[in-house]
Amino acid sequence: MADRAAAKVRVERPKAKGEAQKSGQAAVRLDRLIHERLRLGIVSALAVNDRLTFNDLKRLLQTTDGNLSVHARKLEDASYIACEKSFDGRLPRTEYRLTAGGRRALEKYLAHMEAIIKAVKPS
Amino acid sequence: MVRERPVLLHDHAAENLRFIRDAMERAAAFTAVPGWGGVTVGLTALVVAAIAGTRYDSFRWLAAWLIEAALAVAIAVVAMTRKAGRSGAPLLAAPTRRFALAYLPPLAAGAVLTALFAANGLGPRLPAMWLLLYGTALTSGGAFSVRIVPIMGAAFMALGIVAVALPPEYGEWLMAAGFGGLHIGFGLVIARHYGG
Repeated sequence: MADRAAAKVRVERPKAKGEAQKSGQAAVRLDRLIHERLRLGIVSALAVNDRLTFNDLKRLLQTTDGNLSVHARKLEDASYIACEKSFDGRLPRTEYRLTAGGRRALEKYLAHMEAIIKAVKPS
Repeated sequence: MVRERPVLLHDHAAENLRFIRDAMERAAAFTAVPGWGGVTVGLTALVVAAIAGTRYDSFRWLAAWLIEAALAVAIAVVAMTRKAGRSGAPLLAAPTRRFALAYLPPLAAGAVLTALFAANGLGPRLPAMWLLLYGTALTSGGAFSVRIVPIMGAAFMALGIVAVALPPEYGEWLMAAGFGGLHIGFGLVIARHYGG
């Protein structure tokens, strides 16, 4: 049973540097980039909206400016999300949207979770 | 050790899926529902109920409630814009659009039926139709908003059904109870629990 679960959930290594290095400890290595809570929240929120501003996301995920920008940056580096900066009058405005690659990553992540649940479900 | 892992993984995976669903739901919901705006609309409706009279087929009665409807729209728009502004974010475009696409069709149907009812001497039956269709609008729009909105819609629909069952003389009280009472009651709950 355990082997089956593990076999289905193989490494999904993101193209970004850094985050992907922590390999080896877990039998199941997911897409670490998306697995982290706040980043998963960002990607999920963007999956149901064409675009969201920095402030939208901050409010939705109830986090701080610093935290959000760090994690959004990581997703941006991996090209999971795209960021557009503009001005709304004098105020800077940052908008995010999910890229095709980001959507695929989320779909894969969801498939992984479902595979895990299915693999250990008593038959 | 090998025995334990699948269970942990399983719980963790289910928890992750729940988290994703919650994040999506919150991100997709229309949250600029005006609580204090609803209370204000309710108060104006009580005033109109008091002065509109009980001649449900008179021009005066119909005109009074149509003016109240226009006033309610204006109050709602101002209140929603202010609420969205206060929460530090603009009205999220996509959730607002989804809400509007579900909320407006029943109201449009109500406007057409109002003309039909009024032209055919069915003025005394307008309260029942208005309560039912306004409730329908809130219930369907509420699918894309916070939970209290569809509940409020169901309350309006229930009152509409009561209005259908009762003789037309009760119209005045039903209008006051629905557009006055329910707006004030739910408005206070929304203001208290959903940020203003």
